[in-house]
Formats: sequence, structure tokens, C-alpha cells
Amino acid sequence: MSHSASHADSHSGSHGHDAHGHDAHGDHAKYPFLAHHFDTPNQQFESGKLGMWAFLATEVLFFGALFVMYAILRFKDPQVFSYASQYLDTILGGINTCVLILSSLTMAVGVRAAQTNKKGLLSVCLFLTLMGAVGFLVIKYFEYSHKLHLNLKWGEGFYHPVTAEEAAEVKVEPKPVENPVLAIASPNPSAGAQTVALAPVPPVDKTAIAAPKTGPDGVATAKMVEATDAPMHVEHSEEPHLLDSNMPPNTHRFFAIYYIMTGLHGIHVLIGVGVIGWLFLASLKGRFNSDYYAPVDFVGLYWHVVDLVWIFLFPLFYLIH
Amino acid sequence: MASHAHSSHDHGHGEPHPLVGHLVPYSTLFATGAALIVLTIITVAARYVDLGEANIYLAIGIAVVKATLVSLFFMHLRWDRPFNLMVLVGSMLFVVLMMVFCMMDVGQNMPTENKGNPAKVQQYLDANAPFAPVTAKK
Repeated sequence: MSHSASHADSHSGSHGHDAHGHDAHGDHAKYPFLAHHFDTPNQQFESGKLGMWAFLATEVLFFGALFVMYAILRFKDPQVFSYASQYLDTILGGINTCVLILSSLTMAVGVRAAQTNKKGLLSVCLFLTLMGAVGFLVIKYFEYSHKLHLNLKWGEGFYHPVTAEEAAEVKVEPKPVENPVLAIASPNPSAGAQTVALAPVPPVDKTAIAAPKTGPDGVATAKMVEATDAPMHVEHSEEPHLLDSNMPPNTHRFFAIYYIMTGLHGIHVLIGVGVIGWLFLASLKGRFNSDYYAPVDFVGLYWHVVDLVWIFLFPLFYLIH
Repeated sequence: MASHAHSSHDHGHGEPHPLVGHLVPYSTLFATGAALIVLTIITVAARYVDLGEANIYLAIGIAVVKATLVSLFFMHLRWDRPFNLMVLVGSMLFVVLMMVFCMMDVGQNMPTENKGNPAKVQQYLDANAPFAPVTAKK
């Protein structure tokens, strides 16, 4: 390429302090993309890259706080994590890991294509990266919707029965309570189970106070599990979690941190779809070349960080022994 | 720019060199991608091997290796200005700092669990989610 000689000139020129002003002017005439407050294309590129890295550092801290939250929850309830991990689909998670790695690879190849002025290859790579991001979200959608269908949710929703059969098994007649502030009900005296309602509880008509049906020790009996086994096994071999006598307390916490972390990651993938899509359209218009490809490089850095976060999320949620 | 001129010597291969940045050879990129896929398969396989406590450390170790590969080769940090690497490593060090101090605090906590759940959580669940199990099975 002819410009290789000229850019060697620009590099030596940027270091000749005696002729600094003049050469900077020359660079601006030569490179229309060079902003007036930068002396050389290299200075502009490296400044932008440093800005991108500063942003990525905030991303690391952003996710880092959630990883700390994960560590605390797992430290306090290790059995919850080893139990609840079985509800996540390792195959789908593994496929999604590979999808993200491959889209990171096509992004890196795309950066190289831009650097070497291969505009067709750049567009192809950006399109493949875009498809990887969309594919990740589609798989994630199926994972989420399956879990929400089974009431594998955050918070109290986790403890709502899924089907009429399950509700019938788990539910007992709700006992109305006149004064929820001080009411102490002992609906199952033989079991010694006590239910206490306190003041800040919101007035919910449907609940009142019901006995925890899950049995004397809060444990469903094997018979109950067997009884409702059949209707729940339409598609999946998983036990309905409310009837699973092995479910440790606080299992809903696993799903809370699961949805928070994978959800935040998913939002980042969604943003990636937008930015990579924009790059793809711009590449079709021939906006990028071997002199000017900073947006491709910087979006690539962002996309690799999204990949990095998933590299940690995958074993921490899906691969608990 | 001395390092810049030098690196173009190493990886130029007669191809047009970009005005800025560093050109990573296809072989490096695809080898990195292949290594990442292989490590993913290894970490999935390691899930089914019982190593006790070591399982999570193995999983995190593999993840760290994968993250290093991505940042060094895909993100060009191997050839980048060292300051960019410092920004990344610095942010990670602060996360580790926060993690260490939080875990020290959590490790000092006295057990506050009542009937399996912390008291307030249990009361809330009793009222709003009456089907929540009260205690764990032994």
C-alpha cells in the first residue's frame, strides 16, 4: 500500500519537536478523521482506547460488586447453590458459552480485517458477531421463559405453586386473621409449626395466614412427591421444586442472584447487539479502513469484556458440582 | 513509536500495516479461539469429577486462564501500551480487595438463622409465601 511510506513519515514527524506544529498541520490535511485537538492519528487512537479502558474498568467494578454479593450468598448457604444449580441447563449454558467465544473470535478477526482494509471481510465478521449476540439472547430467552414457567423465580414468587395439581397438594385452607399485627396462629399443633405475622406485612387478601403445608418439618413427604410426579413430567424430568423434600431453605436466593447477574449481562449483550449492528451498517457504507477503524476496535474491546464476564458466570452458576 | 515500528517488523508479513494499533496474525486469533473452546469443554467435564473443595477453585482457575487469553490476544493487551493493562488489572485488584474484606466480615458473623431462615425473612415468607419450607431436611 502506498500509505505505508507516508505514515512512517507521520510517525517520525510527530517526534521531531522542532517541526512539530507544521507536521501536525500536515496530518490534519492528510487525515480528515483526525480531530483538531489531536496531533497525530496515533495520539487520537490511543486516547480513545484509554478512554474505552477507563469505561471497561468501571464495568469490571460494576460486575465485581455483584460477584462479591454472589460470594457472600454462597458462603452463607453453600447447599443452596449446589442444590439449585441442577435447575440450570448445562447444555444450553455451554452452547451459549461457545456462541459468545466464537462471536468474540469473529470480532477479533473483524478488527484485523479493518486493519488490513478488507472491507468485505469486516462486514461478514461484524454480521457473524451480531448473529452470535442475537443467538445468545434467543437461547437465554428460552432458558428464562422455561424457568419462569416453573416459578423458578426470585423472592416469594419462587414459593408459588405452578400447577393446579401442585397447588392442591401444597395448599391448605387459608385462615383469616383479624389482627395481623399480633396474631399468632398455630394451625398445625401436632407439628409444632408456628406462624407469626408482623406489622410491616402488606395486607394481602389471598394469603391471610396459611399453614406451611410442606409438613411438620417443612418437608414434603415422599408420598406427596410421587403423587404429583406424573403430571409435572410432561417435558422435563425435573421435580417441581416445591414438592422436593431435598430443597434447602433460602433456595430462592440462588435465583435472585442468578437473575440479577445473568440479567445484567444480558442487558450488556443487548447493548452489544445495538452497537455491533450500528458498526455493521457503517461498514456496509465503507466507513472504516486501515487508517480509521477505532470504533471497530473499541466496540470489540467492549464485546470481549461481555465475553469475559460470561466466562466467569458460566462455571459459577451452571457448573457447581 | 519505537515499539510500533518494531512490532510491524514482527507481524507485518508484507501485508498493509494499519496506521495505528497492532495487527494480530490469524493463526494467533484462531489458536486463542480454539484454546477457549477446549478449556470450556474441560471446565464442563470437570463439573462431573468430584474433587470436593477443589472443584470451585479448578473452575475459577480455568476461567482465569480463559480471561487471560481473551484479554492478552483478543483485546491486544499483549502488545498494547502497559497502562491499559494497568487499568484492567487495577480495577480487578479493587474487586479482590472488596471481596476479601467482605468475606472477612461474613466469616465473623454469628449464625442468625432461625428455623432455617433469618427471622424477618421467615416472618415475611410465612405471610406472603406460605408454601416456603420452614427448615431443611437433615
